[in-house]
Amino acid sequence: MSHWLILPVLLPLLCGALLITWYQASMNVQRLLSILSCLGLTLLGIYAVAQSGQGGYTLYYLGNWEAPYGITLVLDRLSALMLLVTAGLSLCCVLYACRTADRRGAHFHPLFQFQLAGINGAFLTGDMFNLFVFFEILLIASYALLLHGGGRARSRAGLHYVIINLVGSALFILAVGTLYGLTGTLNMADMARIIAESPEEKQPLITSAGLLLLVVFGIKAAVLPLLFWLPRAYSAATAPVAALFAIMTKVGIYAIIRVFLLVFGAGDDPIFPWVWVWLWPLALVTLVLGGIGVLGSASLRTMTAYLVIISVGVLLAAITLPGEETLAATLFYLIHSTILAAVFFLIADLVGRQREEGYDRFYITSPVGYRWLLGGLFFIAAIGMVGLPPFSGFISKAWLLQSAAGAPGGVLLWGGMIGASFLVLMAVSRAGSGWFWKPEPIAAPLWPLDKVCFSIVAVMLALSLSLAIWANPVMGYLLDAAAQLRDPNGYIEAVLGGLSAGGVL
Amino acid sequence: MELLYSITLGILTACGVYLLLRARTFSVILGLTLLSHAVNLFLFSMGRLRTDSPALIGVVSEHADPLPQALVLTAIVIGFAMTAFTVVLALKAAVELRNDHVDGENPDEDRP
Repeated sequence: MSHWLILPVLLPLLCGALLITWYQASMNVQRLLSILSCLGLTLLGIYAVAQSGQGGYTLYYLGNWEAPYGITLVLDRLSALMLLVTAGLSLCCVLYACRTADRRGAHFHPLFQFQLAGINGAFLTGDMFNLFVFFEILLIASYALLLHGGGRARSRAGLHYVIINLVGSALFILAVGTLYGLTGTLNMADMARIIAESPEEKQPLITSAGLLLLVVFGIKAAVLPLLFWLPRAYSAATAPVAALFAIMTKVGIYAIIRVFLLVFGAGDDPIFPWVWVWLWPLALVTLVLGGIGVLGSASLRTMTAYLVIISVGVLLAAITLPGEETLAATLFYLIHSTILAAVFFLIADLVGRQREEGYDRFYITSPVGYRWLLGGLFFIAAIGMVGLPPFSGFISKAWLLQSAAGAPGGVLLWGGMIGASFLVLMAVSRAGSGWFWKPEPIAAPLWPLDKVCFSIVAVMLALSLSLAIWANPVMGYLLDAAAQLRDPNGYIEAVLGGLSAGGVL
Repeated sequence: MELLYSITLGILTACGVYLLLRARTFSVILGLTLLSHAVNLFLFSMGRLRTDSPALIGVVSEHADPLPQALVLTAIVIGFAMTAFTVVLALKAAVELRNDHVDGENPDEDRP
């Protein structure tokens, strides 16, 4: 058994611990360590994707305790993909932060690393309570990161964010406790096996625990009645933090996919359809609400927060549809929407820095320096976000709509997605024309444009383009990932049968 | 014992939820504390309630399930840290926003 699978958690954890104990280190050393850690995570992510692309599951038994008793880390195609997306995003965010925001408060880099440790752990763990612990790690780091930079708006948004997530944590323990009481195990694979065989009279309690978990993950993912913390929190955070938070809602979505398709998905009569009955309408309304919010936002950061909500609505609605191809298309949309949301948060900062007043607000008319460059960047990002060719937005939306066409209720998803895209098109057109399409001559810019920051955003857009160009291998990988997710028995056998088959050590 | 335990849990949860829905940060934090107490007790009871049975194999004929006890310890530690953090955050917000309302705005501000 090789030990590399623990590295995506250990590397940022150790780096963060080192940075926080060695706080006298100069800013440049801190930045270097933080960037190196993110670089290492990216390499690990690429290796993980290559490893899981060969098929099968990679397992790591912590402390070599046997599967249902100890904590198991499980790498399958979905978690490898999430690791890579997180690592790539974090590298861009930390580079951007090094040029801008990391001096505005104490301990930016250690908190950033702890956040990454929590996110990676949540993607890798195969244990219910361990999932809770990693959620807490990522949340605690995110509370502090949200407040990074200080100020009234952040305190106010932070208070809401912290309190709703604490309630979520309490519900998480309730649900996990109920499941443990009913099944006597915490290992997800073992729990899935026992739930599939559980007698009829236990089903209502198990279902209610599942619905409680839906509430918990719904808070993280920001689904309809639980999303009102998101616009304020995301628009108050500093740009690189907000860009990293683009992955946070996806952690909730990952948890929904993992828990409901695996733990409540095994057996002849799985429980997850009872949960989807609730999730499907809520996700659709989330989608519509996000569209309306985009149109009504007063600043680009708030608008991006609502764009995140739209993507959550699309993703959750698509997850509830049956079929492997829909799930694969959903995962493609997940990658695309994460990159684009991060790009928009960073562009809001780039534009805001070039304006004399108003930062990224739409209703204040202040000229933007470097109008052509920033305008071009915004134009390309907007095309990608709305879903016009040639960017990944087009392919992901086309594939999702195509695969959802045959599904029951697919018409509603079509209507919601196309309607929301139209609203997004109107909103970004208004924002772009208000900022960049001006008759007056271009004035000399007041501040120099940070070339590194600009290139980071350009590279992220290039990533989105390359996702479209090399869509075929990505789609192949995602189809395999979806097939893996739709077959919980493979996961259960891999985790529980690993030791008896002598596959380790 | 089960009845007493459930009633305690119910009262704690009800008080916690009530305080959680108040408009001032201090009551909300108290509510969160009560709620996490209730949740921790609930988690503890998931190993089934038994008297005179320590979580040791070989000492008694029927030993208690040690896992919920370990889980509760973890949950208590996390909850403790979070309470401390929330108290500091609420103080910071109260100083910066000049009031202790959860929305950061005093609804009676404009009243003469």
